[in-house]
Amino acid sequence: MGNEKKYFFDNPKNVKRVLRALYVSCVFLFLLDFAIHRHVIHSWETLWGFYPLYGFVGCVVLVLVAKWMRTFLMRSEDYYTNEGKADFDEKLSVDKKHSPKIGGHDVDA
Amino acid sequence: MWMLEIPPFLPFFIGALIAAVTRGTVRNIIMVAVPIVGAIHLWMVPEGVHLQLAFLDYQLTPYRADKLSLMFGYVFHIAAFIAIIYSLHVRDTMQQVAAMLYAGSGLGAVFAGDLLTLFVFWELLALTSVFLIWARRTRSSYVAGMRYLIIQVLSGVILLAGALFYAAENGSLEFGFIGLDSMAGWLIFIAFGIKCAFPMAHNWLTDAYPEATVTGTVFLSAFTTKVAVYALARGYPGTELLVYIGAAMTCFPIFFAVIENDLRRVLAYSLINQVGFMVVGVGIGTALAINGAVSHAFNDVIFKGLLFMTMGAVLHMTGRINGSDLGGLYKTMPKTTVLCIVGAASISAFPLFSGFVSKSMVMSAALEEGFDWIWLALLFASAGVFHHAGIKIPYFAFFAHDSGIRTSDPPNNMLLAMLIAAVLCIAIGVYPAALYSLLPYDTGYNPYDATHVLAQTQLLFFSALAFVWLNLRGLYPPELRSTNLDFDWTYRRLLPGALQKTFSIIWKADRALRLAFLVKLDLSLDFLSRRHEGISGLLSRTYPAGSMVMWVAVILAAYLFLSFIH
Repeated sequence: MGNEKKYFFDNPKNVKRVLRALYVSCVFLFLLDFAIHRHVIHSWETLWGFYPLYGFVGCVVLVLVAKWMRTFLMRSEDYYTNEGKADFDEKLSVDKKHSPKIGGHDVDA
Repeated sequence: MWMLEIPPFLPFFIGALIAAVTRGTVRNIIMVAVPIVGAIHLWMVPEGVHLQLAFLDYQLTPYRADKLSLMFGYVFHIAAFIAIIYSLHVRDTMQQVAAMLYAGSGLGAVFAGDLLTLFVFWELLALTSVFLIWARRTRSSYVAGMRYLIIQVLSGVILLAGALFYAAENGSLEFGFIGLDSMAGWLIFIAFGIKCAFPMAHNWLTDAYPEATVTGTVFLSAFTTKVAVYALARGYPGTELLVYIGAAMTCFPIFFAVIENDLRRVLAYSLINQVGFMVVGVGIGTALAINGAVSHAFNDVIFKGLLFMTMGAVLHMTGRINGSDLGGLYKTMPKTTVLCIVGAASISAFPLFSGFVSKSMVMSAALEEGFDWIWLALLFASAGVFHHAGIKIPYFAFFAHDSGIRTSDPPNNMLLAMLIAAVLCIAIGVYPAALYSLLPYDTGYNPYDATHVLAQTQLLFFSALAFVWLNLRGLYPPELRSTNLDFDWTYRRLLPGALQKTFSIIWKADRALRLAFLVKLDLSLDFLSRRHEGISGLLSRTYPAGSMVMWVAVILAAYLFLSFIH
């Protein structure tokens, strides 16, 4: 892969350019708040920078909460497939262990 | 006009029959022709009741068209057309037939004028679509399909029960406004809710859709949930409870979407989130809100289909769909990348893309009707959609770190299908008047005023900024091979586990009881035998000769006595 064609984002400069464009648009959009008069329905909408701030904070909270949810929701990829099998095998072996005791009564197997 | 009486589902059912017995080019031509002919036919159909028949004491209306049902009818034809083109390369008769029957059932359901017809198509939707999941022919798709089928059929059974109650209460099966003031109303509401993926009834969707075939998921994403939204819009407009349910649906799935690895499952979660916006719109119930809900359903069918198609293309070409395995595909799948970004921009509701012109109606309606907190929740969900569907999907599949996978764009039919969807997304976004003219109400709404455009653009750009910031700081959760527990854990783990435990306790107790009883029985037998075992005892095995002589004497005496009285 050494002599493979160079693609757009293989050049770190291009990544930087895209990011810079994003930063500039964000500043520009934020400043537009002061230039454009809104027809607001809700009083919060009149706050300067309400939408930018809400978007930014909302997303950070979303990601951090989701990350925290991983601590108690995440299981291995084969959680549903493998553990079920293990349980099943265990159940079988339990039955085998118990079956001689009840003298071949297999009614409850 | 004899054509009028042909209900829209019929061409699809006939098409399915022909598809079952034909192969190759002939089948492809017929399958593509069916939605085109159907759509032209539907375009000429005026509003009104077009088919009615009597069944027992009830008047059934299998075919009724009004603005609401026509709107869904149009988009179902578009969805079927796009999905059929997308699946032209498939050589699996079962899938092709199931897909045609499934699309037909969706059409049957939205044009059903009575609850019994609705029930029939409701169950047909479940029965036909499950084959699109099973067609993957893996063990996990088989069991997921089973769970899907059980839940869907359950929804149908509840609907039937509700319909019977409704008929008993009202003496009519007509499907109009139902409301929540009766037992029947609640039953039907629950049935609709299951199909609509209400919270806690939503896991059939996230469980089964990612397990379906590449092309099957595209069909699945279009019909089932939208039929449910249609049914809610018909039966429960203005039901306030729906506002809160819908808001919950917009918010909770985005957390799961952020940490989910399977990119088609991410889309399944975001499907619930989008349906949430529609449910809120139905719940608010004003003309603007209903318009918003219906037009958002219309747009969602197209852009969600587009996103599922691009991820299907990735799965088709690379055999992988987990974010942890992908990345850098823009190098070899540039067309798919661009099409995916169009879908992502549409679902994120960027101005000039289709999501913007419909979602903003629901948001405006929420504000106008004083649902402030709901509006804030929807705003949060909008930012969240952009985060997981707008950025995460394209970023982890096509950019991020280079996975080293080198492939190519998918076959031409798949590209064409995606292109049609992408063009529609942009066309509706640029010229929403065409879409608005089809809506049930005329509200004179204009999405492109400076306020809306600026607010939405700010929200989205700063969400993107948050993504960049989190990524640069290393705070963004990496894609991990994992399973995340959701509500389905209760019926896949907790309930079976609890049942297993309960039964093992019952079995143990049963075993102990039997043993105890046997021991007691043995003991009492012992006791009885010991007590009566002695010589001349009741159970004694040996009797002395003396007692026999005594008994012979008794018998002889009895004979003597009898002969005297004779």
